[in-house]
Amino acid sequence: MSILIENISKNFGQFAALNHINLEIPDGELVALLGPSGCGKTTLLRIIAGLESADEGRIFLSGEDKTAQHVSRRGIGFVFQHYALFRHMTVFDNVAFGLRVKDKKERPSEADIAKKVHNLLELVQLDWLHDRFPDQLSGGQRQRIALARALAVEPSVLLLDEPFGALDASVRKDLRQWLRNLHKELHVTSIFVTHDQEEAMEVASQVVVLNKGHIEQQGAPADIYDHPANAFVSKFIGQTNVLNLNEDNVIWLKTAGIAVDDSKGNVAHIRPHDIDVKKADANSDSPVTLKDWQHLGSLIRVELYRPQDNGSGTYLFAEMPNERFKLLKLNKGDRVALHIKHAHWFNS
Amino acid sequence: MNALVQPVKQFKKEQIQHATEDPSWVRYTLISISLSFILLFLFLPLGLVISKAFASGWQTYWEALSEPDAQAAIRLTVLAAFITVPLNTVFGLASAWAITRFEFPGKSLLTTLIDLPFSVSPVISGVIFVLLFGAQGWFSEWLIAHDIKVIFAVPGIVLATLFVTFPFVARELIPLMQEMGNEEEEAALSLGASGWTTFIKVSLPNIKWALLYGVLLCNARAMGEFGAVSVVSGHIRGITNTLPLHVETSYNEYNSVAAFAGASILAGLAIVTLVLKSFLEWKQGRRL
Repeated sequence: MSILIENISKNFGQFAALNHINLEIPDGELVALLGPSGCGKTTLLRIIAGLESADEGRIFLSGEDKTAQHVSRRGIGFVFQHYALFRHMTVFDNVAFGLRVKDKKERPSEADIAKKVHNLLELVQLDWLHDRFPDQLSGGQRQRIALARALAVEPSVLLLDEPFGALDASVRKDLRQWLRNLHKELHVTSIFVTHDQEEAMEVASQVVVLNKGHIEQQGAPADIYDHPANAFVSKFIGQTNVLNLNEDNVIWLKTAGIAVDDSKGNVAHIRPHDIDVKKADANSDSPVTLKDWQHLGSLIRVELYRPQDNGSGTYLFAEMPNERFKLLKLNKGDRVALHIKHAHWFNS
Repeated sequence: MNALVQPVKQFKKEQIQHATEDPSWVRYTLISISLSFILLFLFLPLGLVISKAFASGWQTYWEALSEPDAQAAIRLTVLAAFITVPLNTVFGLASAWAITRFEFPGKSLLTTLIDLPFSVSPVISGVIFVLLFGAQGWFSEWLIAHDIKVIFAVPGIVLATLFVTFPFVARELIPLMQEMGNEEEEAALSLGASGWTTFIKVSLPNIKWALLYGVLLCNARAMGEFGAVSVVSGHIRGITNTLPLHVETSYNEYNSVAAFAGASILAGLAIVTLVLKSFLEWKQGRRL
């Protein structure tokens, strides 16, 4: 079901949490609302759900205006960061809850409920836990039960508030993969909130970057990474080296292969993998030295230092595949020559 | 055998004092102080009350309690508790809900005022009602015109008890509900449950042990209250004497068997309360 967010604003006292948000989410997408903490992403999600009301603006689900509708009538599924399972009910009763509280006319028979609940528990691969209580489960299991519970009422929209935020790193990685596969299977329009850009890039088909109550950019993950709309997005998505375009830097960038064009902006952002590093020739006058390097698994991050005329210096980070680093046979303190393949220009 | 190991082996286990442990004399002194306090101020009086009550045998004990004035006092005590405990349960639930779930002006004032009966001497709470409803009170003309008696009558006793006991339920619920947050309720609503269904099926089961605990303490206080009730009651035997007041009147009249028989019932109530209280604490501890 498509979601249309029209001119939504929300203030908490003097603090503007959301500032005239407009957003359209097509049917069947898996969208990440991504931003630093306090950017308004959770508030926006709760407004879509009806758990919070907007000061201004409208929410449409499938073209229907739901702005004034109570959360219990919106037909949404909501998954909370801390699971919010009913602690006094078994896993089975938790998942059955949404079916059992339906009006008598729509309520399925107990036998149908049992069948459906077991199907859902099989979908999340936890049917064997059906008679346990939430406090007997691990965090990852609880979150999968919470998801099954939300899916039981066949929501037209699935909303997840930092669904993996409370889990440890390895469980989080598994669940990301699992959520993406589940979405492929069910095709229910889903929005999840996260502050983790890696998670957003990995799971979502569309990413919406929020900052200080407004949308910075919306697009496919690759699009946002390769063409950040502004300096905030560029810094927030992935790693980047920021260079102010003072005279010194302009001259140096030219020697590193980047022609500076003043009209495009006064700051250059350079991704670490856009910097080629090699050992400087003995007679080269390259001033850059390799200070340190870190092993990131398949990548090596090298820390480069460039002294400047006024006595201070700049640090740059470059990344390269493990294999390549081995071939270069670099040591700490070596002088290196750089070639910069690409830079983004912004005004700050 | 290695000679260096030898001296270490000679240490006995008891001689090692752990870094985090207080010296044993501190522990034993503190334990014996608290135990002798409890013995002196709790078990000794309790034993005395019961032995005094039965000093002249079962027969007299039973007669002292079945005498009409004693019976009336017991009935009045039960009646006052029967009215005030449900009312304060509803009040406690409502105010705990309002304080933990809503933002409204005057919220912190309400939170403070709920504790007022704990900080005010019970005598003063009694006097307040005399000032309001007594012969020279604010509402006296209206009350006389409508032939309603509050002071020196049952309504006054109920009002005073109500006032003294209203913090109990709310105070048990507020910290628990604050700690739990309202995510479970939001989850229930998002699954299509109505507000009422959510309350019955999600909120109430989560707070039931704390609620019962509050009700229990509220009841104990309602039945045992002396100060505030004493001011508004007028001590009319068989009419406005509650059980605690009956104990006092009997004692003042040197009727020690009647006094201690009444006291033994109150002491019994205290013991039952204590046992139930530990049971509820245990239950609640397991849930959370």
